[in-house]
Amino acid sequence: MPGILVVAEHSNGRFRRVSLEVLTKARELKGALGGPLAAVVAGSGVADAAGELGQYGAETVYVADHEALGSGVAAGHVDVVAGLQATHDFSAILIGATALGKDLAAALAVRLGAGLNGDSTELTAAGAGLRARRPVFGGQNLVDAEWTGGPAIALVRPNSFKPEPNGGSASVESVTPELGPVASAVKVTGRKPAEEGKISLEEASIIVSGGRGLGAPENFSYVEALAKELGAAVGASRAAVDAGWYPHPSQVGQTGKTVSPNLYIACGISGAIQHKVGMQTSDVIVAVNKDEEAPIFGFADFGVVGDLFEILPKLTELVAARKAG
Amino acid sequence: MKIAVCVKEVPDTTAEKRIDPSTFRLDRTSGDKMLNEFDKYAIEEAIRLKEAGAADEVVLVSMGPAKAVDSLRTGLAMGADRLVLVSDDALAGSDYAGTARVLAKAAESAGADLVLFGSEATDARGGVMAAAVGEVLGRVWITSANSLAVDGGSITVERQTDDGVDTVQAPLPAVVSVTKAINEPRYPSLKGIMGAKKKPQEVKSAADVGADAAQAGEAGAKTKVVGIETPPARATGTKIKDAGDGAQKILDFLIERKLI
Repeated sequence: MPGILVVAEHSNGRFRRVSLEVLTKARELKGALGGPLAAVVAGSGVADAAGELGQYGAETVYVADHEALGSGVAAGHVDVVAGLQATHDFSAILIGATALGKDLAAALAVRLGAGLNGDSTELTAAGAGLRARRPVFGGQNLVDAEWTGGPAIALVRPNSFKPEPNGGSASVESVTPELGPVASAVKVTGRKPAEEGKISLEEASIIVSGGRGLGAPENFSYVEALAKELGAAVGASRAAVDAGWYPHPSQVGQTGKTVSPNLYIACGISGAIQHKVGMQTSDVIVAVNKDEEAPIFGFADFGVVGDLFEILPKLTELVAARKAG
Repeated sequence: MKIAVCVKEVPDTTAEKRIDPSTFRLDRTSGDKMLNEFDKYAIEEAIRLKEAGAADEVVLVSMGPAKAVDSLRTGLAMGADRLVLVSDDALAGSDYAGTARVLAKAAESAGADLVLFGSEATDARGGVMAAAVGEVLGRVWITSANSLAVDGGSITVERQTDDGVDTVQAPLPAVVSVTKAINEPRYPSLKGIMGAKKKPQEVKSAADVGADAAQAGEAGAKTKVVGIETPPARATGTKIKDAGDGAQKILDFLIERKLI
């Protein structure tokens, strides 16, 4: 069973960072698992961009360029990848855990009769096979899993690896998608791009929340600025909402929303039980509070005792600089 | 139209969870259990469709230990009509695809035209079951619905994507997963809680619903857990005092935890 296939996702004129992260990791795995290393990109108007994947290690890039593949509906992508698998018999199929990636991986595993390990934050070679590690219960445990029969389908959590180009180049092959009945039956009739900076609390993978420690409603701008740089949603504690500083739909806690993002940054929030129950299943909690006795420090993974009006602007700048670099 | 809502009993989200070190499976024998929070949005949506006259029956479908009936009854108290729980020792250790095959068969045998899911379960956090069940059934599947409208034989869904919101249309039968943005689930009334006990609650074997146990359970699983590690507990998190480098320390931590 030869080689690794990385499913790359192209959106708004560029490849998603996670696709390049996975491709970089696949390069490292190729030695143990055996090559070749191929990538596939399915979408609408993606043919010109495909070659870029060569710079990250793909030797061959398969391109399925079709109008019906341009939305976030994954059914057609399943048809494309399953078609490639039928002719190439890859031993591993690696997919970034985006909304589309999860749908694709789930349906593909069923169609191919293959195993799926989700939410992987590390991939290593185990003999000639693959081993995936995933955090469970908010990172309380790390589970290592393997596959008992090929192909091995893995979903990789974004930000698990660093994307590094290796200056390679790929041969690009066009494939004609043979869309199945589901892809043909689902019609996209409208598209509304996300309002910039507005990410829903429930769907956000990162949330920055503000509480009473902000002191005044206008100071939510500190929280919003950091959230914008992180691509995060903005939340608020009950104290801040009750004081009329931020709208109720943003409230996190027992009488607000229950959230479980990958990262929750609590700014000026004491961490009373009513707030804790709404966010304690977050994978990672960071807290900034001037009161070193605040309960939030009892369950935050990383806490800084200090002045949030100094720390938040600096952190916002550092995040912006890292993104730019 | 009949609606099946696939639901799951999960450990209480406020309780400590434990993995059995000998089987590498979640220890489901101890601690409080509850109906998966995300499932309530799917149940609420199904009940609303029934109240609006678009559906005539709402069936809860689940797979798990027989005792799970106690947790899942919450869905009956909210207003679902009956519960079918597939409980079979042979199904222990099922992987995603195996679980999807069983749920698909159970929903199919309940006669469901529309199969609804919550966006994920609070224990496994996979969020993959709707697409997998759709694929098993060979039906249209649409994930992450922020809204759902049924019009005769077709559905219109506003679905959340990573880039915004798409409006999609598709014919029934279909499988749809819903987000928490779709509605505000009702609390069961006292009358609902009392009435739930009298509603049909069937516990069936894999064979009863026509599922092939060899295609599920540990025997049918294509993935295998080989080890569990326990990193230091959350309670021992780091706390520092800002000495001008607090922001940098936070950034370093985020990088170390692969969050940025």
